[in-house]
Amino acid sequence: MVVDELTDAAVDRAFHALGDATRRDILRRCVQDDSSVSRLAAAYPMSFAAVQKHVAVLERAGLVTKHRRGREQLVRTDPDAVQRARQALDQLELAWRERVDRMSQLLAQTPDAPGPDPPESMENHPRRGPNR
Amino acid sequence: MSVTSVDKDFDNLTFTLVADFDAPIDRVWQLWADPRQLERWWGPPSYPATVEQHDLTPGGEVTYVMTGPDGDQHRGWWRIRSVDPPKSLAFTDGFADQAGTPIAELPTTAVQMQLTERDRGTRMELRSVFDSREQMEQLVNMGMVEGMQQSVGQIDALLAG
Repeated sequence: MVVDELTDAAVDRAFHALGDATRRDILRRCVQDDSSVSRLAAAYPMSFAAVQKHVAVLERAGLVTKHRRGREQLVRTDPDAVQRARQALDQLELAWRERVDRMSQLLAQTPDAPGPDPPESMENHPRRGPNR
Repeated sequence: MSVTSVDKDFDNLTFTLVADFDAPIDRVWQLWADPRQLERWWGPPSYPATVEQHDLTPGGEVTYVMTGPDGDQHRGWWRIRSVDPPKSLAFTDGFADQAGTPIAELPTTAVQMQLTERDRGTRMELRSVFDSREQMEQLVNMGMVEGMQQSVGQIDALLAG
């Protein structure tokens, strides 16, 4: 139970973190190779402090880890954490796809709508079921 | 396959789905407007929905209860923001406690549904907007998705019977 709650909170933070284009770009850059915060800052039209803030959000979400090499702060993406957040959205997609499937099946099942062109041949012999 | 496209926008926490149905627009509208039809597709087969209140007017409410395999009950509600039959419906979708009172701590989603006539069929565009990341992940973690896979098999069985 406690484990589940921790996991939920982690996904929660991951979504917030992923809801920003700059942060997603930082994730992409740092998945290939560690990058220092100052090198990241040079890549975006924003202040060092702003980039540092983005990295902090990603770090709190568990999507990146930071470590020191000499004077540099290196940022590294955790691909598993990114994957978990994406999975959550994929699940929503699945839920709606299944709903749409059920809607489709219902539409096929009850041809009771007064369609614009009722098939004449069926007027005297209404048939039920999937044979059409 | 009915689903034509799906778009997941991380920037705006928006999920968009486009589906094309081989049915007239009024018929597709009835899936939303007729509570007996709505309850046949809204919940997964293992958590069938019973729609109790169904008032599709601005400010009106739809309330439903989903009953799980162990008799466990889960209540939800829509608050209608706008409605234009048979073309569009916008509502807030949320959860309620056993007494039917909306639970403030649980996520709500802004849903926009639009129908357009297209090639003798109907296109449905559905947009779900989450106000925050909590909402998006909470919905997923509430197990709404469980049993979804069974639904198609169940309907197939219904058709064969």
